[in-house]
Amino acid sequence: MGEFEQLYRELILDHYKNPRNHGLLDPADARAEGQNPLCGDEVSVSVRLGEGGVIDEVGFEGRGCAISQAATSMLTDLVKGRTAEDVAAMPKEELLDELGIPLTPVRLKCAILGLGVLKLALHKAAGTPLPEEWGTSARDLVLD
Amino acid sequence: MGQGYDLHVAVTTTPKLDAHRVRADFPIFEQTFHGKPLSFLDSAASSQKPRQMLDAMVRFYETSYANVHRGVYELAERATEGLELAREKVRALLNAPSAREVIFVRNATEGLNLVAYAWGLVNLRPGDVVLVTELEHHSNFVPWQYIAARTGASFRMLPLDENGELRLDELDAVARDGEVKVVASGVVSNALGTVNPVDRLSEWAHEHGAIMVADAAQAAPHRALDVQALGCDFLAVSGHKMCGPSGIGALWGHAELLEAMEPFLTGGHMIRAVGAEQTTWGDLPHKFEAGTAPMAEAVGFGAAIDYLQGIGFDAIERHEHELAAYALELLAELPWVTSYGPPAERRAGIVSFNVDGVHPHDVAQILDYEGVAIRAGHHCCQPLMRKLGVAATNRASFYVYTIPEEIDRLVAGLHRVRKALG
Repeated sequence: MGEFEQLYRELILDHYKNPRNHGLLDPADARAEGQNPLCGDEVSVSVRLGEGGVIDEVGFEGRGCAISQAATSMLTDLVKGRTAEDVAAMPKEELLDELGIPLTPVRLKCAILGLGVLKLALHKAAGTPLPEEWGTSARDLVLD
Repeated sequence: MGQGYDLHVAVTTTPKLDAHRVRADFPIFEQTFHGKPLSFLDSAASSQKPRQMLDAMVRFYETSYANVHRGVYELAERATEGLELAREKVRALLNAPSAREVIFVRNATEGLNLVAYAWGLVNLRPGDVVLVTELEHHSNFVPWQYIAARTGASFRMLPLDENGELRLDELDAVARDGEVKVVASGVVSNALGTVNPVDRLSEWAHEHGAIMVADAAQAAPHRALDVQALGCDFLAVSGHKMCGPSGIGALWGHAELLEAMEPFLTGGHMIRAVGAEQTTWGDLPHKFEAGTAPMAEAVGFGAAIDYLQGIGFDAIERHEHELAAYALELLAELPWVTSYGPPAERRAGIVSFNVDGVHPHDVAQILDYEGVAIRAGHHCCQPLMRKLGVAATNRASFYVYTIPEEIDRLVAGLHRVRKALG
């Protein structure tokens, strides 16, 4: 399998062309947005929590490269039905395993953008810890 | 005196550039990437390096290296001579009146920050206007925005028309907002390749009592420059974009302005006398060159200038025009590609474009598998990207070693992108 086929494997292309849980929820318990300043990828995520802080619904919108959008789509499937606390502690490796593609450091940022934004939304909705992926910049995003 | 610093410049009258021959001077092309020959279409970000330049740096380190200016031994004198000869080469490149007006900096960004801090902080106040262009690279945008905010001056952008060319008819409206003190513009846009009418901006700036600050980082590699003809007060260039090493650039400024300015960075070398109470500044250009100079980098920069002058800037400019026209022609045949910027005859060797429905990151990634290196992103021009209504673009840029075959490979790669993701 060539490098092209590895990175843009069928599952990625399917999520990119037919994103799951696409569209922002209204009403929602919280909504967050994030950008990858290097390439201008944008992702917005909204969440609705049920009993015991379980993620009942999650919806996203965004524009950006296939990796960032497909990864966010896969992420939404991955977290539905889990608690906000559980997802806030989710290591990025869990998402990367799901993606199952080799990523350079630059593309890694694309792949975990949605995860950071989701954790930010959960922080707003349920007070869970801020995403470690973003370091201090996440704090600025919470303020606005 | 080392062998590498003689004044000999190979002058050629060949009107046409032989890119295949030039390419042989660049060791980087001896490799393959992903099993394919390298098609390097990202020279606007930084150029590749010819052997002649690399050899000059190695020779300097091997035969002439010591700290400059202070040593009295022969080796130190040799090093000083190397540095000062490089300064003279930059002076000649820019047709500057005097080499003492040429200040070595890390890159054009540092040169522009030097002007913004050392001139702007002292001379700007509330009611003043700082004017930049919507086309500006962040390097000539952010320092002015920042210094304007710190001094209370207002910060304005000269808008673009639909071709990505400056709306000079909007200038007078800007002048009604206050006293214009600074006009800052690139000579050539790094994102669109637009060639700006800096001479006319200079004239307008001076009519309004403003200084004209030109960012020539994207112009100097590709065309002959003449600060006197441009009429600007300051002009900055980067060595790395024009076959020189990274970490060296130059700022040229009018001696009267530079002499009246406070220093930017302080420390060793830039002083006349240091006392417990007070320190006095050295003469130009040393007042603005604190600390040990990037000596070998300056020598490399000088060798790069020799190299480019050996090819001839007229030939370089023509070569890039031909490549830009060829690329635009091929891209125009693809209905699913949108290209941005002015017509080929009014642009440098830069082509920005998007593939319908495909993010530039994916375009660049798939092209990489074909050995084609392009840039994808906002090109340090976020205000311009907003104007174009896009988050990012793909940018292919050309230089002395670019051959038409590389553009053919780009187009073949775009068909592959379209097939996979379009």
